[in-house]
Amino acid sequence: MRILIVEDDPTVRSFIVRGLTETGHVADQADNGKDGLFLAVSEKFDVIILDRMLPGGIDGLKILETLRSQKNSTPVIVLSALGDVDDRVAGLKAGGDDYLTKPFAFSELLARVEALGRRGRSESAPQTRLEAGGLEMDLLSRSVKRDGQKIDLQPREFRLLEFLLRHTGQVVTRTMLLEGVWDYHFDPQTNVIDVHVSRLRQKVDKPFETALIHTVRNAGYMLRAD
Amino acid sequence: MQTDPSLPSSGPADTKIGSPRNFLALRSSGVRFAIVYALLFSLSAVLFLSVIWWGTVGLLERQVENSVVADLRGLSERWTEGGLPALTVAIEDRLEDNFDHDAIYLLMDPHNHRITGNLLVWPADVTASDAWYQLSIHRPGFHSVAQAQAQAQALTLPGGYRLLVGRDVRGRLMLRNLLADTLLWALAMITALALGGAVLVRSMLRRMIHSIAKTTSAIAHGDMSRRMPMRGRGDELDEVAEAINEMLERISRLMDGVKQVSNSIAHDLRTPITRARTRLEYAAHHAEDETALRQAIEHGVDDLDRITVVFDALLRITQIEAGSRRSAFACFDLVPVLEDIAELYEPVAEEKSIVLSLRLPAVLQFYGDRMMIQQAVSNLLDNALKYSPQDSTVTISAAAGANTGGNGIALSQEQIVTVAVTDQGIGMSWEELARAPERFFRADSARNTPGSGLGLALVQAIVQLHGGALRFSQRNPGLSAEMDLPLTASEVRNGRSEKKSEKKTFAVSHPEAGP
Repeated sequence: MRILIVEDDPTVRSFIVRGLTETGHVADQADNGKDGLFLAVSEKFDVIILDRMLPGGIDGLKILETLRSQKNSTPVIVLSALGDVDDRVAGLKAGGDDYLTKPFAFSELLARVEALGRRGRSESAPQTRLEAGGLEMDLLSRSVKRDGQKIDLQPREFRLLEFLLRHTGQVVTRTMLLEGVWDYHFDPQTNVIDVHVSRLRQKVDKPFETALIHTVRNAGYMLRAD
Repeated sequence: MQTDPSLPSSGPADTKIGSPRNFLALRSSGVRFAIVYALLFSLSAVLFLSVIWWGTVGLLERQVENSVVADLRGLSERWTEGGLPALTVAIEDRLEDNFDHDAIYLLMDPHNHRITGNLLVWPADVTASDAWYQLSIHRPGFHSVAQAQAQAQALTLPGGYRLLVGRDVRGRLMLRNLLADTLLWALAMITALALGGAVLVRSMLRRMIHSIAKTTSAIAHGDMSRRMPMRGRGDELDEVAEAINEMLERISRLMDGVKQVSNSIAHDLRTPITRARTRLEYAAHHAEDETALRQAIEHGVDDLDRITVVFDALLRITQIEAGSRRSAFACFDLVPVLEDIAELYEPVAEEKSIVLSLRLPAVLQFYGDRMMIQQAVSNLLDNALKYSPQDSTVTISAAAGANTGGNGIALSQEQIVTVAVTDQGIGMSWEELARAPERFFRADSARNTPGSGLGLALVQAIVQLHGGALRFSQRNPGLSAEMDLPLTASEVRNGRSEKKSEKKTFAVSHPEAGP
């Protein structure tokens, strides 16, 4: 994917650029709002990572609003040291697709960037079926089968599996699950997500030979058919 | 007079309310009040005096006129009945009956000769009928020097006879002059009173404002302990003082909060920062191989993550305590929110063989910040699960009540929604309970469990933002944490919180069994 990073702090910027390059992406960078806006409007990117507070008069939200007013729908993930709910709402309202508070783990950023990039590419018609490695999910009849064998899931387990299936082959972090499946925007102290995932594994993976749901160390989970 | 317009008043310290300013400085509200007072006072006095004037002098005048008119009518009737002789007799009778000697009659024949009456000559300026004349007349008889004032009306009779009827108004004029004098004096005194009152009003107002200004200026200079003096009369001034004191109370609470946070940062963030720093520095100098170095760095990152968590929690608490987050308040049904949280934690409970039980009404309308309530309940539940032994029960209950929330009947205008999380765990001692919501407080028995010591502080802040109270009560064994959240009727407009419909009790081993 081709990704633009607009971030004024050189350490954070080079850290992100290096991380993205290592994972096989092409990263362009800008260290101020003016250059960032210029790059964003003049070239085509799959995802833009935008710091909210930038020097040079044009801040992240301004860039975002300008892009959206020009009907540019490149997925944008807003990075910010402002972690308040109101700031998050302001970021999303300005047209951001995701919001990440500093400090963050690179794995979290990468997972979100890849999820956004995938969403930007596909998703034209609403899907009715999801499928990965013999696991089939029918979104209309809300039934799940693996290798032709029916699996009974409770509604929340269904939504958890659906989220994992929609991000097949991608890392999904615990925060992403909490936001995407439960719509909670705070951090429960106990790692409740792990318990839910292990319960889902009991039903989806345990009766079968190969595991589909994998734990990615220091990051989260990934559903992948080997 | 020291007026100093060149000096800009840059702060409360410069605004010397008590300094002798020009009395006529209209920008002083004291002066404006005083002027308005004086004007109103004078106006009402003038109005009052006018009424007196009209009621006395005016009344006398009207009486004279009425009696003259009646006299004239009577006499002209006599003329129609009996002609000249009857009229003459009538006039003479009336003059004889007139004890006050104030009546004036004069009847003249067509040749301008006097027929009868107590005037000698027809006054020169009386020409027309039906008009009032103020006459200076010479009267024979009673008054030797008979210069008198009279009010009179004339009537021309058929055949050229002329009749004049009037009243001597000398006495009345004297009364009128006397009254005028009196009223003028009264007006002068009233004006003096008004001015005096104005000065008094101004100085009272100045004193009032002065005490407020003195206190606020002292506070502006950093003396936060100062409070407005209350005089205990319950008047408007006390109300202002009370409002200001309340505001000061809140400001100092906020400032305490800031102070506490900076202390907390000093104590509780420095420790993990130091740990991380030591670990990294040690690794940089002494790590024997790359594995050890990597491990040290990973530990360092974990330490930093923990610091971030604490830092975020502290910021949130302070923000909530500052009361700036009421913008997200809305009406919502508490029951599904609580069921969702229970569903989130249910597998965690099951792992420890803890039964998570819900006691909720069918509907429970609530007004507040949904996300914060979620966070608060989740923190309480987190604690309960952390400190509960195996094979015990953790209960989440919610109910609306008038008072205690226990089994209250929803009748009073202020309802209370009580959300309680009850466990059968290790509990806390009374001393620990009292300190539980403090930031970074951790009970001795909890030292070895992971946690920041900020969970309950956050719950406390959230409950306070909703105007409620966080209570703990001992269960044997265990602990019940109850959030009493007030709910005024106006806030829950449409869906009034139901008087407890039948409670459904179910263990959430089948959380989706419900509707």
